[in-house]
Amino acid sequence: MKGSRAEEKIMSGCAISGILNRKGNRFSGEEIIDSIALMHDRSNGLGGGFAAYGIYPEFKEQYAIHMFYDDLDAKEEVDYFLNRHFNIVVAEKIPTREVDKVSNPPIIWRYFATPNEQKLAESGLADDEYVAQSVMNINANYRGAFVVSSGKNMGVFKGVGYPEDIGEFYKLEEYEAYLWTAHGRFPTNTPGWWGGAHPFTLLDWSIVHNGEISSYGANKRYLEMFGYKCTMQTDTEAITYLFDLMLRKHKLSLESAVKAVAAPLWSQIERMEPKEKKIVTTIRTIYGNALLNGPFSIILGHKDGFLALNDRIKLRPLVVAEDKERTYVASEESAIREICPEPEKVWTPRGGEPVIGLLEGRRGV
Amino acid sequence: MSLDYKVPEFIIERDRDKCIDCQVCERQCANQVHIYDQDLEKMVAQDIDCVNCQRCVKLCPTNALTIRENPSEYKKNKNWTGNMIENIQKQAASGGILLTGMGNPTAKKIYWDHILLNASQVTNPSIDPLREPMELKTFLGRKPDQIEFDESGELKDLPPQLELDIPIMFGAMSFGSISINACKSLAQAASDLGLMYNTGEGGFHEDLYQHGERTIVQVASGRFGVHNEYLNAGAAVEIKVGQGAKPGIGGHLPGEKVGAEVSKTRMIPKGSDALSPAPHHDIYSIEDLRQLIYALKEATDYKKPVSVKIAAVHNVAAIATGIASAGADIIAIDGYRGGTGAAPTMIRDNVGIPVELALAAVDDRLRQEELRKNVSLVVSGSIRNSADIVKAIALGADAVYVASAALISLGCHMCQKCYTGKCNWGIATQRPELVKRLNPEVGAQRVKNLITGWSHEIKEILGGMGINALESLRGNRLMLRGIDLTDKELEILGIKHAGK
Ligand code: SF4
Ligand code: SF4
Repeated sequence: MKGSRAEEKIMSGCAISGILNRKGNRFSGEEIIDSIALMHDRSNGLGGGFAAYGIYPEFKEQYAIHMFYDDLDAKEEVDYFLNRHFNIVVAEKIPTREVDKVSNPPIIWRYFATPNEQKLAESGLADDEYVAQSVMNINANYRGAFVVSSGKNMGVFKGVGYPEDIGEFYKLEEYEAYLWTAHGRFPTNTPGWWGGAHPFTLLDWSIVHNGEISSYGANKRYLEMFGYKCTMQTDTEAITYLFDLMLRKHKLSLESAVKAVAAPLWSQIERMEPKEKKIVTTIRTIYGNALLNGPFSIILGHKDGFLALNDRIKLRPLVVAEDKERTYVASEESAIREICPEPEKVWTPRGGEPVIGLLEGRRGV
Repeated sequence: MSLDYKVPEFIIERDRDKCIDCQVCERQCANQVHIYDQDLEKMVAQDIDCVNCQRCVKLCPTNALTIRENPSEYKKNKNWTGNMIENIQKQAASGGILLTGMGNPTAKKIYWDHILLNASQVTNPSIDPLREPMELKTFLGRKPDQIEFDESGELKDLPPQLELDIPIMFGAMSFGSISINACKSLAQAASDLGLMYNTGEGGFHEDLYQHGERTIVQVASGRFGVHNEYLNAGAAVEIKVGQGAKPGIGGHLPGEKVGAEVSKTRMIPKGSDALSPAPHHDIYSIEDLRQLIYALKEATDYKKPVSVKIAAVHNVAAIATGIASAGADIIAIDGYRGGTGAAPTMIRDNVGIPVELALAAVDDRLRQEELRKNVSLVVSGSIRNSADIVKAIALGADAVYVASAALISLGCHMCQKCYTGKCNWGIATQRPELVKRLNPEVGAQRVKNLITGWSHEIKEILGGMGINALESLRGNRLMLRGIDLTDKELEILGIKHAGK
């Protein structure tokens, strides 16, 4: 039994952590595991996971598709789909090791692939959109199969267990990334489904999230109007799609997208300069249903860096620190100090104030 | 002449120990129920003319009066109820259609009362509106799919929007159907609260022009008082296609209500009946509606959002979709419990569908068609309290029209006799001696108090849900659960049953 998808909305509390090397230098997964492990008590063993950017330089032109399968039948069906729609360069089992506390894993596979040229041309879609639609199709229509991640030169490793055990299970010390994010879950109900762990992803976007979004019902129905199918019953999925909609499809700047999901209060907007006031009013008017309400802190990972953000009245913790090469974010300062005892700068961002960490030379995600 | 079999609907009880024969009731009752009998030297009452408007009861200085339903009962019969029998007798005597006022009072299911709201516990903190900001601001009008910039990178202006500080507007009630003092009360309250009120099909009285920014001017089938200045005097224009209390039929303001002011405002001769035809004679199809929408946009230089109001009828979802694609910026849906100044009883009580179901169906359909993100949705008929508003917004509305409740705050006691023109509360009347009973300043204050109270309640409810901005409630049906509803009803409403 691999657990099953939730039928009802999943509620959970959590721990999150992230490390970016701004110079793009890659480092192993050990530190992020140490950082998230320190916050052990913020999880309850029902979900842990990591996103890693920069881990597949030898396949950086291909989409790295990480998959969970409940059984070989499910794999066979998706293999058929992928073979028809993609040119697969490599398909392999993701290496894992036996860990006592991690049981009942699904079949875990990865593919490095590019869209099949002919199918792509027939679809008339851009590469990313083609991949995004394929991912949503698999998640919505293929029983027993789940796309864990689908970006380039990045991957997500997650499962049911404490995050440190999941990290060990996936041998993350063997991977090197310039950006790591991590998540430990504390769900109040126990679907125990591997796909339900964080990070949640679409293309290059990955989200780890602590909190519960009271606006989920509104966000989900808004996204449906743009063709997104929210099938996982989690806030995180909806948040990922909201960013995908605004950043990739609508080409909003990261700053503008933040103004939608953690909108300034009308009373603050009232006091803005006319130009800014107009922009923010317009964003809130159009993207009102993208507002994330309720307590949250999130780290949105991307190939160019990350965005860390709190809800606008700061109902969840979030701390940021910097040293020479790296930027750290975590639910607790101790989780940063565990791996960087003497950061040059430590601060607590205000509610709704975005913290954007970018690779040097990148202007924005 | 045959007997008309009329018996008093209400019995007036006067406590003789309390009554001081001051004759206040006599002066207050426009139905001339109370009379001071010179011979007997005491007050007597003609029960048969009483409509139970409670005016005399509330104004009696010694609280000597009680009005009761006539306890006399017909032989029990679930089919031929007393009401049915009396209606037939009325028509047997008059040969006319049965007329009534205000909204459908029949005992059909009120869905609002079968919907329960959510609140946060533990996993998600509730928010205290006394300590944290709580935002109710709403914009009505057409929204583009996404933010748009012109070639030079400048942000493009949004199409015109109505900005509401609270998601409430005062529903269409014409000058003519209600008094100028009632209109002034509502307009003043709307201005002070940052809401909108709606002229109905009564034209725009010049005393109200100062509230133009807070006015929706209506264009209905009679086109009363419609001219260029009128269209541009308000902040939005509403095409009234139908009304929940009387879908499919027009309106009739009797000549006796058309005094000098009404005549001037509506641009019709004094004393003439103001007849609004059932259909607009230039809208026989959705293409025609589109033409009218764009004619009005042209006339207002694309500076005002155009709303289209329809009654909630069987295929309302498809109609609303058509209206959205015809170019309307706002769709207003009026349910079958909506009020009216006058309507045939049979129509009011039997035509149309509950607004709750209509709203859920329209919101769903507009989402399927991917139009809901562009067009605004307003519902009415009947919104009775702040919880109804929260439920309406969670089902998918942007805002609500409130009309009957606003009149009740002005003094209306739901006697349903608005069509007689003898409203003792100075609301549904044009008689100067009755109109002056409603002081517009006092009236505005009472309406403001009501809406202020409601807005506090909405904030409390939102805070309890862990939501601090109204847009996170809009369409958020996860905040709703049904009780005592069938699977079909739950499916249409798009909500789960309580306990699920
Ligand atoms: S109609 Fe109104 S004022 Fe007249 S007696 Fe009845 S309740 Fe009193
Ligand atoms: S407005 Fe006047 S006439 Fe109409 S129901 Fe209310 S009190 Fe009666």
